[in-house]
Amino acid sequence: MEFRKERVGAGGRAVQIGFLLVLLALWYLATNRWGVNRLLLPNPISVWHQLLDVLRTGEYLPDLRVTLTELAAAFSLSLTFGTVIGFFVSRTGYTIRVFDPLFAGIYSIPIILFLPLYVLFFGLGPASKIALGATISFFPIVLSTIAGFGNVDRTLVTAARAMGASNYHLFRYVLLPAALPVILGGIRMGFTVALLSIIGSETLASLAGLGHHIVQLAEGMDMPRMFAYIVFVVAIAALLNGIVSFLEARGRRWA
Amino acid sequence: MTSRDAAIRIRGVSHQFGEAGDKQFVRALADTSLDIARGELLCLIGPSGCGKSTLLNVIGGLMTPSRGSVDVAGKPVRGPMPRDIAFIFQENALFPWNTIVENVRLGMLFQGVPKSEHETRAKKSLEAVGLAEFADHYPAQLSGGMRQRAALARALSLETDILLMDEPFGALDEQTRMILGEDLSVLLSRTEKTIVFVTHSLGEAVFLADRVAVFSARPGTVKKIIKVDEPHPRRPEFVTSEKFTALRNELYALLHDEIRKTVSESASARGGG
Repeated sequence: MEFRKERVGAGGRAVQIGFLLVLLALWYLATNRWGVNRLLLPNPISVWHQLLDVLRTGEYLPDLRVTLTELAAAFSLSLTFGTVIGFFVSRTGYTIRVFDPLFAGIYSIPIILFLPLYVLFFGLGPASKIALGATISFFPIVLSTIAGFGNVDRTLVTAARAMGASNYHLFRYVLLPAALPVILGGIRMGFTVALLSIIGSETLASLAGLGHHIVQLAEGMDMPRMFAYIVFVVAIAALLNGIVSFLEARGRRWA
Repeated sequence: MTSRDAAIRIRGVSHQFGEAGDKQFVRALADTSLDIARGELLCLIGPSGCGKSTLLNVIGGLMTPSRGSVDVAGKPVRGPMPRDIAFIFQENALFPWNTIVENVRLGMLFQGVPKSEHETRAKKSLEAVGLAEFADHYPAQLSGGMRQRAALARALSLETDILLMDEPFGALDEQTRMILGEDLSVLLSRTEKTIVFVTHSLGEAVFLADRVAVFSARPGTVKKIIKVDEPHPRRPEFVTSEKFTALRNELYALLHDEIRKTVSESASARGGG
């Protein structure tokens, strides 16, 4: 059984916010007092103005749409293949012993190194980002699915069978609730790495997307606007991760 | 006893794990035959690893024996028979993500009891084991003894003729065991169930059983059957009676040799390789 995470309380929350405020203050002092070159580090206030401008004009929309579409496609693929393949691998001890170390081994290498290969195969457009994001996020999902379904208490399965549980009953009322907390952790991890690898690969080789736009601004030496976009992407990423964590918590309760 | 009265007929059952020559090879059970009468409570007792749990699993259709056969209600056992047989395991057989009443209902769902009967049957069986007030608790919120009561309620709600209990009180402390044993005796005296009960405890066996089947050391088989001629429900005073003590001592003498054998065998096996 899962225990609810303990809350940090008002004091802990104050420390967290204070830490961020100190960082912001250091940024401000570095540019306004200590004379750090504005081409290297823009002033936070000008970044703020640029951010408001980006939001007002809505010019981010085409790039955001590209990035989110890539993310949705990549995540749907890895979610489908990861959970289905993971489930079937988990059905026998033999397939677990064969495939679990194999997947874990591949997961441990930096798959982003294959980006040039993905670009050769799928082009500079969204397809190569989708393929890379799906590949990278497949592994945490498949591994957690194998672990979740593979470690269900045998006594519970035997008890259910002895009471006449059908295959559907066994899956719905025993295997799924036992495995879901583990699988949801892997799914959240998969979502995070999908987002990271898609934005990352957009900065390396692409024609559109938020990562691509940030690199363009950097190449144009438009530092305040580039920083505004970084803040925007960080906010989007935090929002998406928040939504996924919320859904994960809901899913645990449902099981 | 004619074989027609038998609720369970065990004929020449042997079981081994692994193949001869394997490192893991174990002959658990050797040529065991036994008839268990309708409404009888039979205890299986014996040294560790003598195959009493294996026999229980064979009766329940959870294991196919290497040789021999078991008939339940006149039908040969080929797999689980949820309409005829309910199991109670040593521990942790309740679904931890479901409340007690949900656990009971799930058992009925698996067995195929019509939904309309779930509520009354769940209520009745939880009341029978004294857990009505804890219906909406999760297993983790209950003591070990209460969890086993809940497991018993789940089994009772299935209304099978046969109950197979695999050391159901094995993980509990002595006092809890005693109380649960007394309650079980009262509860079961009201039903006509046939019960096979595996235990390590001599006292538990004498207190609960109509007959006690004593197993020999591995490969186990029934060495002797002791009758306990005492009406149900058994009273707490029975434990202090001379009859109880005499039966317990008889069991102890029978078991003692077998346990010695088991211990010296495992010691020599370790010494030899």
